[in-house]
Amino acid sequence: MIEDPSQWLTVLIAVLGGAIRVGTPFLFVSLGECLTEKSGRINLGLEGNLIMGAMAGYGVAWITGSAWLGVLAAGATGVVLGFIHALLCQQARVNDIAVGIALMILGTGLAFFLGKPLIQPSAPHLPALHLGAWSDNPALRAALEINALFIVGVILAPAMAWFFRSSRWGLAIRTVGESDQAARAMGLNVNGVRMLATMAGGFLAGVGGAFLSLYYPGGWSEGLSSGQGLMAVALVIFARWDPMRCLYASLLFGGAGALGPSLQSVGVTWGYYLFNAAPYVLTLILMIAASSKKVRSGMPGTLAAR
Amino acid sequence: MAFAPFLIPLTALALSLLLFGGFVSLAGANALEVYHSIYRGAFGTWFSWQNTLVSAAPLMLTALCTALPARLGLIVIGGEGAVVLGGLAAALTGLALIEANPWVALFGMALAAMLAGGLLIGLVGWLRHSRNVNETISSLLFNYISIAILSFLVIGVLRDPETLNKPSTHHIGETHMLGALGESSIHWGFGFGLIACLLLWILYKRTVFGFAVDMVGGNARAARLSGLPVGRIVFLVCLMGGAAAGLAGMVEVAAVHGRANTSLNAGYGYEGILIAFAARHHPLAIVPMAILFGGIRAAGSLMQRDHDLPDATSLVLQGMIFILLLASEAVFAHLARKRGGAA
Repeated sequence: MIEDPSQWLTVLIAVLGGAIRVGTPFLFVSLGECLTEKSGRINLGLEGNLIMGAMAGYGVAWITGSAWLGVLAAGATGVVLGFIHALLCQQARVNDIAVGIALMILGTGLAFFLGKPLIQPSAPHLPALHLGAWSDNPALRAALEINALFIVGVILAPAMAWFFRSSRWGLAIRTVGESDQAARAMGLNVNGVRMLATMAGGFLAGVGGAFLSLYYPGGWSEGLSSGQGLMAVALVIFARWDPMRCLYASLLFGGAGALGPSLQSVGVTWGYYLFNAAPYVLTLILMIAASSKKVRSGMPGTLAAR
Repeated sequence: MAFAPFLIPLTALALSLLLFGGFVSLAGANALEVYHSIYRGAFGTWFSWQNTLVSAAPLMLTALCTALPARLGLIVIGGEGAVVLGGLAAALTGLALIEANPWVALFGMALAAMLAGGLLIGLVGWLRHSRNVNETISSLLFNYISIAILSFLVIGVLRDPETLNKPSTHHIGETHMLGALGESSIHWGFGFGLIACLLLWILYKRTVFGFAVDMVGGNARAARLSGLPVGRIVFLVCLMGGAAAGLAGMVEVAAVHGRANTSLNAGYGYEGILIAFAARHHPLAIVPMAILFGGIRAAGSLMQRDHDLPDATSLVLQGMIFILLLASEAVFAHLARKRGGAA
């Protein structure tokens, strides 16, 4: 057990750094899922986008030598998968949950298949800001090494909140998510809006995948993702369909994921996996607590109706 | 179009095979030879049939976990968690009964696994009915929680110190393993799957309970007004679905690994969801679907060996088939519309 109090500081710093590093992919997939769900559809297939994005991003970055082109390619594969999801879901009687899982299997399979030659080569990493340069504590410096994509995500969250609140397009997405009939009465193309929202959401999830392969943990391997894409759905519920809360929730999930390993680094090996499960238990408790109110605040009406 | 229920999925299957052929051609393999390898690896010989049926066993059981609640209009995706908890409960019971008669031990393991999986999904159903908690999301969360519980226990208190690479529980004992059907290498898990699909089909088709389930699925309010105990029906149906998936966990422990470890979390639950959808939640249609996908799983290694294709190739094929089978639902809907009925 921990005796030296300075070790608590080490753990705290490691959790802080982990929250940012582990939380960034969570941030992108949850913002993507939030965008899609606001339009009234659940995309459970973002795990496929994430893994495909990681593979494609790594491959393109290796070939072109530019990590940012890799990020763009990762987003593009996400758009394609989002397009397939939306195209299938707008057909009568096709279930969006099943399509999501099918795309998760297809995306994972394709990424593993096409990524076989990418296990060896090393692609350029995404740049990072060294905000901890003032400190001589190496742990703190490592924790404050902030990746550029995290900063993009931090800007994107309030931007998306503004987009939903104040822009015409944001209103269109919210209306489609609230009620098909109201949207049609307003002259909106329900399927078209959902298609765009799913494709844009897919783009963000793909970018989240690029973070995995081009920054942390870095490299391409088949065990790169640990289900962050699948958990996007839970994260969005935890964040109650609010992009700003997606940011906080991603940091919380990231921090909780980092708690186990950082305790392990100071010799506490007990409960590693229980800490990993903590966010899921928390989400479940939140869902049960919120359900006592008749309508969950922030939940798109078409999702609440099922 | 009396043949539509068969013709449409078969067309989807043929199309996905064509698509897959194009894909492997691009990867530099000969599509026709790859088809031949899949056939040989899955259904070509008695040996490959045995592999196929062994792979199909857990898939049949996990498919039921989604197919049964689907009749109520619930989409449960917690099969993975039920497999994991079922396998864990089976291993614990097997270790507790290690001195007992093998039949007693196996019966106890099956019962414990069904109870563990059943209570998990039953809880999902209860939360849905009484607290209006979305069953899809809660069952997804329970998957993660169950896997964490398994990892926590097999790395900690339950670990057999001799299992170095893959932390596992102690072995339940060779004499207590689930045997094979006759002279084959097909273990009894396949029998369990067949029996479960058949029994549940009879339950849904031929009993008052099945009729009540269809009523609740059709219109829960009307069912409640006519005096049906809706909450109890929701709980029971979820309990049965979870019990089937839990039994799959027991089969994996008692017939394959002999121990509980993270091999239980091998994606059977997620594949089962798609098999349920592909079978349109019909318990009997689950059997051929599970055999088809079991076959693709079984053929994976042959594809890898004969054509130097990555082991993910069978995953690609599965994904393509699932996508096109799901898309074929739209054709069914179109036909129903043309007939003018609201089927």
